[in-house]
Amino acid sequence: MQPEGLLYSKEHEWVKIDGDRATVGITDYAQDSLGDIVYVELPKVGATVAQFGPVGVVESVKAVSDLFTPVGGEILEVNASLENDPALVNREPFEGGWLFKLKLPGGSQSAGLLSASDYENFVKES
Amino acid sequence: MKRTALYDEHVKLRARLIPFGGFDMPVQYASILKEHEAVRHAAGLFDLSHMGQFILEGDAVEEWADRLTVNAVPTMKPSQARYNIFTNEHGGAHDDVIFYRLPDRWLLVVNAGNADKMWQLLNESAGSAGVKLTSLHGRNALIAIQGPRSAAMLGPHTDVDVNALKYYFCTEGKVYGKKAVIARTGYTGEDGFELFVDGADAPEIWTKLLADNAAAGLIPAGLGARDVLRLEAGMPLYGHELTEEITPLQAGLNWVVKMDKPDFTGKAALEAQQRADDYPRIVGIVMDGRAPAREGYHVFLGEKRVGEIRSGSIGPSVGNKSIGTALVDKEAATPGTDVVVHIRGTAYGAKVVELPFYKRSYKIGAA
Repeated sequence: MQPEGLLYSKEHEWVKIDGDRATVGITDYAQDSLGDIVYVELPKVGATVAQFGPVGVVESVKAVSDLFTPVGGEILEVNASLENDPALVNREPFEGGWLFKLKLPGGSQSAGLLSASDYENFVKES
Repeated sequence: MKRTALYDEHVKLRARLIPFGGFDMPVQYASILKEHEAVRHAAGLFDLSHMGQFILEGDAVEEWADRLTVNAVPTMKPSQARYNIFTNEHGGAHDDVIFYRLPDRWLLVVNAGNADKMWQLLNESAGSAGVKLTSLHGRNALIAIQGPRSAAMLGPHTDVDVNALKYYFCTEGKVYGKKAVIARTGYTGEDGFELFVDGADAPEIWTKLLADNAAAGLIPAGLGARDVLRLEAGMPLYGHELTEEITPLQAGLNWVVKMDKPDFTGKAALEAQQRADDYPRIVGIVMDGRAPAREGYHVFLGEKRVGEIRSGSIGPSVGNKSIGTALVDKEAATPGTDVVVHIRGTAYGAKVVELPFYKRSYKIGAA
């Protein structure tokens, strides 16, 4: 089951949109597929990132995976807890393990993003 | 892709399987880090049936094998096991292996990825030397139980006195009533045993060991944990710290190379390399931050590129530091040297250190 009220990307990120602010993380499916996460490289605060563009990497013991952002905007904050405790992404992918927050420009970015139930189906098929 | 005798067990345990050495092998079950922790503090159970098992027979084995390898074979005592390396004419490594000297035969264990190459190499000279070769690759299974509690876990289920079995010695016996060669060997830096058994007996031994020792902390462990464990323990992995190009001297395995024994393949090249002492060599690397060093990343001394990372991981037994090995020029190989590792275009500080990163704090077996 995927948490309701979030939007999901086909790259297995989630985004919670609150007015012109958004919080981004990776899904439970993503953290489980990656395995033990040992390092997260996040974008710089103040950087402008494009929707679906690469913004960093998530590294497990065995592999380096590119991190994409489900929405574009200006990076306001990155999750500092992950520096010393990257496994927080494994333990709480939808809560304490969030990755970064953005300020959204005007206009909807929901085209190309999935609802909780659509993402659930997408995961089942993949 | 080939399957080991334990394939069905891995599927039942919901292991993540990857192709490795021609076999579908478990890279992890629940979590690489949990499996690593179990091996360091309790024990883990590994399926290593993908590794090549060859039987060598005949009086000529000692001398024949001694000429193909860098370590001494004839000085092995009955029931002794010994790490060794087959070399090419240039001193590079064909494979790193373990010889097990049994009463009436020798068991040679080679890396899975090198099994076909080694089988061919051995057959080139075995016949004319009077050595009989038999491959058990893919037929026999190899189950390893590794960790400080492994003797206590295995002991009740075998007729062999495991506490009396010395480190790097082996014996024939029974495990759960099934015939086995039981060796006190492994590749994790911990105490442990390797059980060479018939493929048909492997599933029963595997499932019973897990069931009987679950309460004591035994869990199945995959190749991912094994790689972290061996890296922390400073043990080379073929294809990384040893290759057809990287010699045992470059890998820092000088203790394995017995220059005083009769001629062996690559001896002249290794002697020349040792005399010149100007070769790139494998060193330990500790990153300043947490960014993992990965194979192939470039290593710099100041502005000058001096080598590359060959293995990397975080080291849970060394404070979760980002650790690795690198093949670097001699000028950068002194422990304490500050180097720079380039990761995705950014320079990260790192220090050259002595291997191993981790040493167990207890003695293995009876003296």
